Amino acid sequence: VLRHPFNLGIGGAVQSGYKYALAHDYDVAVQVDGDGQHKPEYLETMLDELHTRGVADMVTGSRFLEDPGYKVPLGRRLGNMIFGAVTSAIVRQRITDPTSGMRMTNRRGIELFARDYPHDYPEVEAILMLHAHRLRLHEVPVRMNARGFGRSSIDYPRSAFYMAKVLLAIFVGLFRRRPTPLDAPRSEAEESAVAPGAASAGAKGS
Amino acid sequence: MDGLDIQIVALIVAAAAFLVVLELVRRRRLVERYALLLLLAGAGLLVLAVWRDLLEIIADGIGVEDPVNAIFILAFAVVAGLLLHFSVANSRLSDETKILAQEVARLDRELRTLRGGTADGNGAQPADEGAETLAELREGPAASAREAASERPPSSPEAPTE
Repeated sequence: VLRHPFNLGIGGAVQSGYKYALAHDYDVAVQVDGDGQHKPEYLETMLDELHTRGVADMVTGSRFLEDPGYKVPLGRRLGNMIFGAVTSAIVRQRITDPTSGMRMTNRRGIELFARDYPHDYPEVEAILMLHAHRLRLHEVPVRMNARGFGRSSIDYPRSAFYMAKVLLAIFVGLFRRRPTPLDAPRSEAEESAVAPGAASAGAKGS
Repeated sequence: MDGLDIQIVALIVAAAAFLVVLELVRRRRLVERYALLLLLAGAGLLVLAVWRDLLEIIADGIGVEDPVNAIFILAFAVVAGLLLHFSVANSRLSDETKILAQEVARLDRELRTLRGGTADGNGAQPADEGAETLAELREGPAASAREAASERPPSSPEAPTE
């Protein structure tokens, strides 16, 4: 577990995981929530899609391809539908669960996310980033648990901020020619900036 | 038609402010979080510019005779609020920077001790050793100055090996 000296927010914490994975030459990185929502038994299927079949650079576990396995709150469902429609239109591929935090990426995804990862509510923007860099996306149906413990970081007033922030980021992103400064020189310092910290990103080479 | 002129000027100024903020976000010089705040303030200005009666209503409501004074009071209140917000954010940032520097100093010291040098005077290089050495240390005493009260509890389930 990477420990950060203070709360970096989800974007920063997850990116720590990707930076660590890059620095240690991992082939695959997995992102799962730490609250027990995501069932590890699906990881095998996801790895299959990612590596064996090689159909994508990032495989996402989607709640909405089949039965989600738990009762998704209405607000959550609604927000997901809006983001789903917007992202699907932009990436020209049906994205059913753009806010799912259950993701597995290959080396290319690790490299991209280690270099750049969105801030506050990163999931939707991360999908658009992948698309802008011509990485392929794939969703597999998963069932999830209702969260095991803890409270969502997204309460009512924050959900308004969430929507506004992500929509603003998507909108502005449309006007960026290169969403990520990928050609920036790789500085050694940047890559070794893997600080101790808590990431909900578990990663494992294979 | 003086009123209309001022209205047009206000519209143009508000629109320009919007564009500047959006352009800053596009160039990644401004994070969305703060951009939203400024856009919200800009939207308020825009509403006041278009809907002039609103200003009169507000002036009446807070008991100010001249609507112009009302807008000064409002603007001052908003700016003061923003300043306070930024000051709080700034305080948090400087606190976090301090904690970071302290963590680096501790890691640097522990690293040099591990390397077998006498902890003092063994090269004044700050820790620029790369991830491997940091990784060696991460199992060590993780006396974080302040634990992140993370809403997502740290855990790292692992992918199945092939």
